[in-house]
Amino acid sequence: MENNEVIGPKSRDRDTKGAKIYRFLKLNSFDELEMDYTRSYSSPKNYFLPFKEDLATYDLRDTGWEQEIRYTIHPRIIVGMRACDINALLKLDQVMLKSQYPNPYYSARRRNTVIIGLDHEPLEDCFCRSMNTDTAFHGFDLFMTDIGEKYFVAINSDTGYMILNRFDSCEVGEEDQLLYKEVRGRIESKFKTQVDITIVPELMDLEFESDVWKRWGDKCLSCGSCAMVCPTCYCYGIEEDIDLNFDKATKRRFLYSCNLLDFATVAGGHNFRPEAHIRLKYRYYHQFRGFVEAFNQSLCVGCNRCGKACLAGISPKAVIDDLIGTEKR
Amino acid sequence: MSKPPDFNRQTILMQSERGFKSEIIAAIPLTAKEKLFHIRICDPCERENFTFLPGQFIMIELPGCGEIPISISSSTSNKEFLALCIRNVGKVTGMLHRLKAGAIVGIRGPFGTHFPMEKMTGYNVLLMAGGLGIAPLRAPIYWANNHRSDYKDIIILYGAKEPEQILFGYQFEEWRTIYNLNILTIVQKADKRWPGRKGIITDLFGDIHIEPDNTFAIVCGPPVMFKFVCAHLSTLGLPRQRMFVSLERRMHCGMGKCCRCNVGSTFTCLDGPVFDYWTVMNLKEAI
Repeated sequence: MENNEVIGPKSRDRDTKGAKIYRFLKLNSFDELEMDYTRSYSSPKNYFLPFKEDLATYDLRDTGWEQEIRYTIHPRIIVGMRACDINALLKLDQVMLKSQYPNPYYSARRRNTVIIGLDHEPLEDCFCRSMNTDTAFHGFDLFMTDIGEKYFVAINSDTGYMILNRFDSCEVGEEDQLLYKEVRGRIESKFKTQVDITIVPELMDLEFESDVWKRWGDKCLSCGSCAMVCPTCYCYGIEEDIDLNFDKATKRRFLYSCNLLDFATVAGGHNFRPEAHIRLKYRYYHQFRGFVEAFNQSLCVGCNRCGKACLAGISPKAVIDDLIGTEKR
Repeated sequence: MSKPPDFNRQTILMQSERGFKSEIIAAIPLTAKEKLFHIRICDPCERENFTFLPGQFIMIELPGCGEIPISISSSTSNKEFLALCIRNVGKVTGMLHRLKAGAIVGIRGPFGTHFPMEKMTGYNVLLMAGGLGIAPLRAPIYWANNHRSDYKDIIILYGAKEPEQILFGYQFEEWRTIYNLNILTIVQKADKRWPGRKGIITDLFGDIHIEPDNTFAIVCGPPVMFKFVCAHLSTLGLPRQRMFVSLERRMHCGMGKCCRCNVGSTFTCLDGPVFDYWTVMNLKEAI
């Protein structure tokens, strides 16, 4: 473990109300790990889909060029991932690994990362239970639940087992099982926010022209913060740079957001999604309708990071409630 | 020394990312803004194995400049080179237009769905193009010629803004006589020297006879054209699933990852660019 990069939740700063802001960052010692963290501001997806990543480099010559693709990374361990983030990775796997064209860059990172999950009590605005992502059954190596004196650990891989063997662990007894069930029950009872999404895929079509979109879209600043912190947003753009001597070039992928103005602008200047409310609508359409059609599950995991990050105060729960018509006006 | 076995499917994983190095063997100016590029894959083995179907597209890359999706407008049986008709309209296309024969570019692909030429066997084929939309139709035209006996009447309707902007006009006579196709052109604006018709493409419907039960239609052009042409064809009684349109969107990957070409619940690069009209009219804001 000492030789590998370990990533875990760390507090970086405090917000205006004095609450800690957490992020998944490289840990230098065990003391830096804050197991009681609430919610990381940005999701750990960026260790699989970094904000910027060099896809290829080019050696330019007078007679042509040579391309070099590199995607090997050093093994990495992520400690303290929430069930929603693990489920988010499973959804990304559907797109990045199990589709027609697997993504080698993502695949390399996914295979070389050990994931140690951690259960937590839901926050005020978590609605992962409504999205069915409050528990993780696979997609991790170890998953820990705090049952008082001990941790109840689910093992899902041999790597996880080997790691666990280095620690002082014991078999699960009858008492531990009861404690675990009790803790799970307590967690489940503490969900305060609920979003009913059963009819949302259909509503997306029925209410496509609804003024709900205009109302929320007019608030949207088209800044793309929501997509940056989202654990499942994977839209990207590609840019190519050439260095000043004209002998090296880089092809770089950077995460993008479907809320940004030029998301669907084609050469010649035609924009297929010229207005903020259309782009906002499509963000929800992809999450709750398009992805459902393709993979039978919605892309949203209910972490409400986008709601927290949004400068205009647009939260997914409010938009969906408004769409369903349950929000009191 | 023999190559080690590919345990991690590296070659498969890499191929869609790496693409093929190709050489521009000819850059032929067609109009003031469009050029036809003949591009040959450098490696003879890769060139031999590269196959595509009419309607598919490739991503063409200029290292250090960018990568763009371009439809293939050459015959599927042409193993020597790929023809790409490119309009000078943006950063990458502008740079491509400055390249001369001998320049090396990268191509990835082919991607996307194709015009289902196999389903059209025994039917009349109506091909309709507006402006640059003739470029992706060249592949099905060549295909139809190679399998001419499989199809009945083939009609091409082509609309352009001005006579100077008509693409591949030099081939029309050959298509008419040797390929045995009927081709009609119309332009929106022209001076007296233009001998042909003036108007929009739907005006040409008066000149031809369409058997709705016996015809497949392929439409490619600007979004506004799809709307009017397909609506007109469906009033004639042509089933919507026998009309095929080729959509255009911004693309960065060609592999359904970047989401830039998202239309409704589909991706233009994976589920398209060729859609049947039934699918397209039920997709949100597709046309």
